[in-house]
Amino acid sequence: MLALCRRDILLAVRSGGGFGLALAFFLILVMFVPFGVGPDRAVLARIAPGILWIGALLACLLSLDRVFQLDAEDGTLEALATSPIPLTGLVSAKAAAHWITTGLPLTLASAPLGYLLGLPAEGYIWLVTSLAVGTVSLSFIGTFGAAITVGIKRGGLLLSLLVLPLYIPTLILGAQVVTRAVSGQNPVASLALLGGLTLLTLALIPIAAAMALRANLR
Amino acid sequence: MMTVTDLDCLRGQRCVLKGVSFSLDAGDCLILRGPNGAGKTTLLRTLAGLSPSPEGRLSAPPEAIVYTGHLDAVKPQLSVRENLAFWQGIYQNAPKDTLTRFDLDELAERPAATLSAGQKRRLGLARLHVSGRMIWLLDEPTTALDADHVARFTAILTDHCSSGGIAIISTHLDLDLPRAQTLNVADFAAPTGNGSTTSDDPFLQGSY
Repeated sequence: MLALCRRDILLAVRSGGGFGLALAFFLILVMFVPFGVGPDRAVLARIAPGILWIGALLACLLSLDRVFQLDAEDGTLEALATSPIPLTGLVSAKAAAHWITTGLPLTLASAPLGYLLGLPAEGYIWLVTSLAVGTVSLSFIGTFGAAITVGIKRGGLLLSLLVLPLYIPTLILGAQVVTRAVSGQNPVASLALLGGLTLLTLALIPIAAAMALRANLR
Repeated sequence: MMTVTDLDCLRGQRCVLKGVSFSLDAGDCLILRGPNGAGKTTLLRTLAGLSPSPEGRLSAPPEAIVYTGHLDAVKPQLSVRENLAFWQGIYQNAPKDTLTRFDLDELAERPAATLSAGQKRRLGLARLHVSGRMIWLLDEPTTALDADHVARFTAILTDHCSSGGIAIISTHLDLDLPRAQTLNVADFAAPTGNGSTTSDDPFLQGSY
């Protein structure tokens, strides 16, 4: 499993696609917001949590169709399905690699981008924490969507439609953590719910995605 | 060591083969014959556990089986050595002489994207050796290999069988394997048309 995770990260870095794309998209989106909304710092500070979370979510979505598609096309997925690694382990390793190549850089980039949008100082720690916790569930839910659509050529549209509704709870809770922190309320309850949601996806998604993969390999 | 009894093989919803039975001992080699579309790949995929089988039994444990299909499972962005290292990590098995056996020594540092079709095939087949498993399921393994390397691969197969392994090979080529048994897949073709499940059941119509 570790070998698979390491190889996925290496592939993402080497082929440029997954690794740079999500981060670049996130940077572009957040940098363009002040141009579209206007330079009013009060307005920007108010919408910053939502923009940062939506940006991270969409950036995460961009690279999802590569999670299984490339391996399915060159036969690696079949070979892995008959290897000693159980399918649940395969899914977990893939999701973990996806998080390390997209979720983690997005989380790290969110702090300077928050500054760009004039996020109040007390929000940073909560922004980074909520993204660190929330993007894990984004990667796992997305991997489930990718497992369902793996047999479909150009399944990107279907994948987005399947995954977006499942992302909504994460988005609501994640943005709420930051909004509450910025407006002086206690964000711990929202963060706890977000953490619970992430743990739930960590527990259930590998099983569901493994079943989807098994059905698609036939 | 490996017994298959009354195995039915599905491709999608369609039953392609019915009642496939054979039995192999350690060291045996079975060559699957049959015209295109007879179900050789379907049989191999069913044996590998990739396709479900509604009927029949297979005595070999999945941990003993390694399958190579039409695709090589080679990552173009990685070098030959890195590709092998990945599979060594997956199978937790790192035999020393894989590169030499498959004549990949000189290509070790090359990115797999620059390999020819035959060289890529050799790298794909090298996974068999890395896996260290006893039952090899091979779907057209000699595609794109030149005569020299077909002979070389046949020698590897003979070696594998004489050390107690089993190989099931679908091929149209005459491999030089004197001890090999032959199974004509077309003998087990499932009857089509009259009374098959698909035509009777209105819910199954158009489902594939």
